Amino acid sequence: MSAPAPEPAAASSGLNAAYIFKKSLISALVALVLFSLMIGIRTEAGPTGQLVYWTRFGDLALMVAGVFGGSILIELLRRWWGPVTVTRVVPASVQTGLALARRAIAPLLLIFTVLVPVIFYDQRYILDLGILVLTYVMLGWGLNVVVGLAGLLDLGYVAFYAVGAYSYALLATNFGLSFWICLPLAGILAALWGVMLGFPVLRLRGDYLAIVTLAFGEIIRLVIINWQSLTGGPNGVSGIPRPTLFGIPLTPGDNGLAAKLGIEFSPTHRIVFLFYLILGLALLTNWVTIRLRRLPIGRAWEALREDEVACRALGINTTTTKLTAFATGAMFGGFAGAFFATRQGFISPESFTFQESALVLAIVVLGGMGSQLGVALAALTMIGGFELFRGLDQYRMLVFGFAMVLLMIWRPRGLIGHRAPTVFLKHSHAISSDLVKEGHG
Amino acid sequence: MPTRGSDLRGNGRVNFSSGSGMDYFAQQLINGIVLGSIYGLIAIGYTMVYGIVGMINFAHGDIFMIGGFIALIAFLILVSVGLTTVPVILLIVLLVSMAITALYGWTVERIAYRPLRHSFRLAPMLSAIGMSFVLSNYSQITQGARVKPVPPIITGGYTLLEKNGFVVRLSNVQIIVVITTIVLLAIFTWLVARTRLGRDMRACEQDQTMAALLGVDVDRTISMTFVIGAALAAVAGMMYLLYYGLVDFFMGFVAGIKAFTAAVLGGIGSLPGAMLGGLAIGLIETLWSAYFSVEYKDVAAFSILIVVLIFLPTGLLGRPEVEKV
Repeated sequence: MSAPAPEPAAASSGLNAAYIFKKSLISALVALVLFSLMIGIRTEAGPTGQLVYWTRFGDLALMVAGVFGGSILIELLRRWWGPVTVTRVVPASVQTGLALARRAIAPLLLIFTVLVPVIFYDQRYILDLGILVLTYVMLGWGLNVVVGLAGLLDLGYVAFYAVGAYSYALLATNFGLSFWICLPLAGILAALWGVMLGFPVLRLRGDYLAIVTLAFGEIIRLVIINWQSLTGGPNGVSGIPRPTLFGIPLTPGDNGLAAKLGIEFSPTHRIVFLFYLILGLALLTNWVTIRLRRLPIGRAWEALREDEVACRALGINTTTTKLTAFATGAMFGGFAGAFFATRQGFISPESFTFQESALVLAIVVLGGMGSQLGVALAALTMIGGFELFRGLDQYRMLVFGFAMVLLMIWRPRGLIGHRAPTVFLKHSHAISSDLVKEGHG
Repeated sequence: MPTRGSDLRGNGRVNFSSGSGMDYFAQQLINGIVLGSIYGLIAIGYTMVYGIVGMINFAHGDIFMIGGFIALIAFLILVSVGLTTVPVILLIVLLVSMAITALYGWTVERIAYRPLRHSFRLAPMLSAIGMSFVLSNYSQITQGARVKPVPPIITGGYTLLEKNGFVVRLSNVQIIVVITTIVLLAIFTWLVARTRLGRDMRACEQDQTMAALLGVDVDRTISMTFVIGAALAAVAGMMYLLYYGLVDFFMGFVAGIKAFTAAVLGGIGSLPGAMLGGLAIGLIETLWSAYFSVEYKDVAAFSILIVVLIFLPTGLLGRPEVEKV
């Protein structure tokens, strides 16, 4: 745990206790001031529009006591944990076992995912959750190209998701085009927007890029809200056609899939179909990313992430490199958007807020920025975690926010793993000391 | 996050009657300058933190929102206690709001940013996004999701011009907002230019390691930067409350992005630039709403951010940044 460096241990335990007590008391005092008005007083617009307020000193006392107890606990834990620089010795046999397990986890996870509709055929809830998780896995893998591989921080990824969703929704409802024609179109349109966003931001780095992509995401959302004649504004688009199995609808009618196969119709068929559809799309994203990573363009992305200046010095065209990263990531976002539209049957700007971008970004960062397996596991953890906290509906975002902060403090490089560049010089600075007189390398 | 529009809109208690010609323009100019002052106050917080720590304090917009809420609650208490002298109320509310919000700024830095001082470059930014969620949801939970309207506290004003039935008005609220901004800026400029703390801040901006070697307490200086930024944001929150007469938990997000746009437009790291950028954004937004469309005013503000960064990456008053390997 890389908490702030622990203070030098006090001479005696008595001093220690006094120190902890004093520190916690200060924390509690700070909390008292912070919460005094925000928690102690509750305001609300009364029936006549006049503001009324009432006090909640009980809650306030509870919160302050909580902070006091919490900081004592944290301080004690920190003492108990000891200095941070403890290296754990893992026996070689365990290490090889772990490595083996690590290699086996991806295929096992894949097999399990493929079998989910078979195992949980009767549990609609789990299937729906599975579809949701896979959608975020796909979004995470798509954003991973931009953030994880090319190192371009994109806070407006949801814009491409929205473009894909609205492309499919509008093309299908206005022109009656089928899902399978619209899917590539949605991808192409999103990629086009990716390039359009890419052009202006080519010269930006780091934080600036993040803010511009955020602004871009907001622009797309505001345009969707305000361009009512095209997008239906805040009311969204409804009646989006369901996907078909290459033209065969999954409906109870005579020409439906169930009738053609001669089996009894069940609404679950469509859910299972959607599950495999998003699984296929996600795996496509994964496969393309892995293949691209081995091509010169993928190598260029990784080089760009590591050092842009060096990249340019080596003659890599950073313009095209960045643009392709944006376009590729956006295209997958567009695919996912089209899938989202067909699954929901209804879309509105509410689904494409900044919160969504932040969630996908959190998945990528949690997954270790570039690790495909990591992103998948992170999506599972995040969406699963969100489901767990469904009961505490209004506290969900609070928990999410705190989780993001704690994660950055605890494991800034991701929970699961960090992907090093695919190729790199193995002996970059290791010069043997006997070759150098002073032994400094 | 719900999108119940509650961003800085141009239809608070602002004279928005239709008109044409110079009178209308003059009225919009006044409205724009007032809005710009609020943006400028928030933008200073962004620009200071970016100058010293090199990160975008994403939670700063929400600090502004918290400032607005605390001002609201303080008002309510003072009024219900029976205080009626408006200047006294304003002064007390200003001080309380600044003090408590400053503590929020300090706490956010202590919890979410200080442990990440030497982490990889995206870490503070992501932590700040998390903190932004925490703050806006915190006030949603503690104060409810509905918009909180306040009855007008300061009324009255002056008619500057009256022609063909169109009135150009300068309300007392507008005067107070602009004067408070100017006074605070004067104090703040003096603080940065003349005091020990200001010197420390400028030293940390140039080179933290060197500053530390020369005996500057870097941690304390950075903390103070956040404290001052949050205090100014609290003033902006209170001015917003006075001017528009409402606060809600979601107002920090859009206001934050716009103020950041202002900071970038003025040249990030430059304090006069932040104020100038704030005024520019306020004017552009007001004039855009007045002459084109109210619906797309945020789009206009965000587009400006993108356009500025393409053609003028260092902003109006910023220094060009040298890329180091």
